[in-house]
Amino acid sequence: MPTVTINGTSVTVPQGTLLLKAVEEAGITLPTLCHHDALSPYGACRLCMVLITAPRRALVASCAYPVEEDLAVETHSAEAVQARRLALEALMARCPRSHVIRNLAEREGVTTTRFGMPPSERADELCMLCGLCVRVCRDLIGAAAISFVGRGSERRVGAPFALQSDACIGCGACAEVCPTGAIRMEDRGDQRILHAWNTRIPLARCPGCGRFFTPAPTRFLKDMFPEMEAIWDVCPACRQERTARQWATEHPLIIQ
Amino acid sequence: MPLIASRDHPPAGAVLARLHEIHSARGYLPEADLRTAAQDLAVPLSQLYSAASFYFAFSFEPRGKHTVQVCLGTACYIRGGDRLEEKIETLLAVRPGETTRDGEFTLETVHCLGSCSMSPVIRVDEETYGRLKVDRVSRILKKYRPDGTGESSVEEQIS
Amino acid sequence: MKIRTHADLEGLRAEGDALLHSARPRICVGMATCGMAAGAGAVFKAIGEAATASGLDVMLVSTGCIGCCQQEPVVDVRMPGQGRVVYARMTPEAGERLIAALSAGELPAEHAMAVIPEPGSALPEKPQGLSHLPRMEDLPFYKKQQKIILRNSGRIDPRRVEEYAAAEGYTALERVLLHLSPQETIDEITRSGLRGRGGAGFPTGKKWDLCSRAPGTARYIICNADEGDPGAYMDRTVLESDPYAVIEGMTIAGYAIGASEGYVYVRNEYPLAIERIHHAIEQAGELGLLGDNILGSGFTFSIDVVRGAGAFVCGEETALITSMEGGLSEPRPRPPYPAVKGLWGQPTVINNVKTLASIPAIVAKGADWYAGIGTEGNAGTVVFSLVGKVANTGLVEAPLGLTLDEMIHGIGGGGLDGRQVKAVQTGGPSGGCIPASLFHLPIDYASLSHAGSIMGSGGMVVMDEETCMVDVALYFLRFTMAESCGKCTPCREGTRQMVEILTRIVEGKADPGDLDLLEEVALWVKGASLCGLGQTAPNPVLSTFRYFRDEYDAHVNERRCPAGVCRALVRFAIAPGRCTGCGLCLRECSVGAITGEKKQPHRIDEALCARCRACYDICPEGAVEIAR
Repeated sequence: MPTVTINGTSVTVPQGTLLLKAVEEAGITLPTLCHHDALSPYGACRLCMVLITAPRRALVASCAYPVEEDLAVETHSAEAVQARRLALEALMARCPRSHVIRNLAEREGVTTTRFGMPPSERADELCMLCGLCVRVCRDLIGAAAISFVGRGSERRVGAPFALQSDACIGCGACAEVCPTGAIRMEDRGDQRILHAWNTRIPLARCPGCGRFFTPAPTRFLKDMFPEMEAIWDVCPACRQERTARQWATEHPLIIQ
Repeated sequence: MPLIASRDHPPAGAVLARLHEIHSARGYLPEADLRTAAQDLAVPLSQLYSAASFYFAFSFEPRGKHTVQVCLGTACYIRGGDRLEEKIETLLAVRPGETTRDGEFTLETVHCLGSCSMSPVIRVDEETYGRLKVDRVSRILKKYRPDGTGESSVEEQIS
Repeated sequence: MKIRTHADLEGLRAEGDALLHSARPRICVGMATCGMAAGAGAVFKAIGEAATASGLDVMLVSTGCIGCCQQEPVVDVRMPGQGRVVYARMTPEAGERLIAALSAGELPAEHAMAVIPEPGSALPEKPQGLSHLPRMEDLPFYKKQQKIILRNSGRIDPRRVEEYAAAEGYTALERVLLHLSPQETIDEITRSGLRGRGGAGFPTGKKWDLCSRAPGTARYIICNADEGDPGAYMDRTVLESDPYAVIEGMTIAGYAIGASEGYVYVRNEYPLAIERIHHAIEQAGELGLLGDNILGSGFTFSIDVVRGAGAFVCGEETALITSMEGGLSEPRPRPPYPAVKGLWGQPTVINNVKTLASIPAIVAKGADWYAGIGTEGNAGTVVFSLVGKVANTGLVEAPLGLTLDEMIHGIGGGGLDGRQVKAVQTGGPSGGCIPASLFHLPIDYASLSHAGSIMGSGGMVVMDEETCMVDVALYFLRFTMAESCGKCTPCREGTRQMVEILTRIVEGKADPGDLDLLEEVALWVKGASLCGLGQTAPNPVLSTFRYFRDEYDAHVNERRCPAGVCRALVRFAIAPGRCTGCGLCLRECSVGAITGEKKQPHRIDEALCARCRACYDICPEGAVEIAR
């Protein structure tokens, strides 16, 4: 169990712990956008920068750095603070209408940006290319319906050919995980619409109440895990009712 | 049925090789060919598309019959490569990445063809032309036009 | 027939020897990419046809690059009983006359550049009638060079493994497979002091050692031939001229770390290099020098070629790996380093072409020999591509420790057209510009780094007084911006911001605050980027800031470009007193801005003028003036 020193405070953490987490143990929360506990480190947004002072001097992204014995770290040295601030200035310029980024920036003491503004057609951009949607879809869900497209400042996330995705199962993990709300997901009638991916997924109807409640493609879960049958088949409201009824049947109220 | 990403993968470099194959055969990457390739290689289409959109070697649009590459590597730039590029842009009325209306030429800029001692350099299809001055460019291009008149490549010219 | 024993190998060598020291005249034409670009193809053809027509029995060989690229097309002729002469700037007609002379039993003097003595052979050092010719090794261009990586380049036919074998090829592999353990092999390389020649200069033996000890179920060796630095073409040259050296180096590396699979990742822009390495791998396989039971040792090793697709970032180790794994290319956070977790998460060594080409020489001649070349901490030789505004361009291989002055003024012959050299840009887009005042510095990893540049792949672009250093910084930043993969915020947003500011500066639209912002952004991108591309992208800006701040100040405060380059800040005019009306400028102008009658002074229409300098460069009378 390595012991690391964060801003002078010693913290002992399990082997393999990421520096970001060790810093949290020391009571400091660093801003992050591309980090997610359920996904492997990506190191893209560069907000969580810290300065390692021993055994050597290096500015690193704490979300992707596994701790070593005798590591000494400063989270608020001038270099680290500057790195965070400039990253936020850059992101503010990229997504001027994002409240999330603006709030994060303000917490770091950044209220304006000196970076050039995007062209008018991109002024509503909310995506800051953290990659969480791509990674959750590919590595956790396993559908790999979306990916990064293009390069450099033209880099964006999308489904192949910007067409309706054949691989999307409509689970909504991407929308759930997006830190800036760039992925709008809407259930409308018998469809789940993922606007960001030009994708419409049919919803399955609940045999109980007739409402559309779950993306039809997720039916494969039922085939893969027979025990899910009960969960997949009826909507949460009907399922709740059914469970309550069942319980009441098994536990009749005896009126004396 | 959607695939749950399997741990198997095609051999290293197989995706790139397949993209090159399609591109060589068709002159660009048609959607249908990419879909087939994704199935053959058992990789998600999104992965293939991601690669196809990232590399400068690939195009989703049909290319011209002849590809003109102007080298803008450091040595060529210093010896006037940007002038050659401008001249060609003027002659062909296209910008880098575009194809002429008659489908004859696609213009590209590359950073370093590795013939730095011959700078400035351009490449048309498989032939490299080095030690160029602006006024030779139109003669070189004429060689590739349907009527075929115009300057021969450095090799042919010397012979 | 598979080579399984020492006797087999000796047999192969004898075959090669018979070719290298043939009883027929051996005519080698340098046919690497730049030779071809200079017209070597036509020369080769002419010589072949002339020989057939005259009935002269010659060995006509297409070889790789001899290094003095300025002199291409180069022909190296070995005449049994007469000597060996190198001919420069050959033409098909001169080639025909060469055959005529050889038919008369003579080596001609026309186009002759130097002789190559063959010590210990029956050949005279200087052929008859050519005693005035210098020895190749005495030419200013070659005097301080030492060829290890390029030892066979231009000498052997790159498509004949027997010639490679005869040139001491496979001595090293034999020693390793039959007499050394994997760890002993690693130790030999560590002791030699070899450092990675791709740019980072990481000790090769240490990398191999780390990899061999890392846990994994498979191991890989990858040759990084994605030479992306514009201005660098040594990797290309090695692959085109001596591919077997790379194969042998990789095989040794595979044995050392315990890998049975190797890959060569070659840039897409190098079709001839791709062809040559494919061919060499095939031939080696046929002879059993790749595949199962190599040299009867029981060691199995195979190599596959992966063709890149146009992305500079693939030169970065982890980005190269993601490229091979089949998606777009983007780097991964390090640690873990590829030596521990690389391709498919397995321990992987990635070495540059030149590093691998050095391996057979080191193992054959011994670690101590190699460690004795160069300086402390900088063992061995590096191949530099000396290009740009310098008199003698070409590939230069020299021991580390040579000074910039010796390189540029000694080997390079000074500025092109006698102009004053202002700076040298080293290390490609990741490097910086070193001013002439620092040319006393030795070329080694630490010195270049302290001066604000890097060794990088060995690119050396010479710049003179007509190069605008702000324009150079913008050139490099446009390049890195276009090549940025876009994954991390600083590189993606920062390079674009730097390009925007630099563009304002060269257009004369910047204010002093822009210079401060530029520096701030540059330092941020350098410190906070995920990979080496972003971390080094600001170097051209930071180094030109350090040494050429006056040029920046002139652009910003005076709206003036001292070098007369930045288009928005210069005006071109023809001095009527000097103009002879030859019309060269008129024909050269790509926008039709020049008018004039023959033999009458010409005029430039300022409204149409694109300020590209074409007229200025071509005017034989120096009649075009640049108003700054």
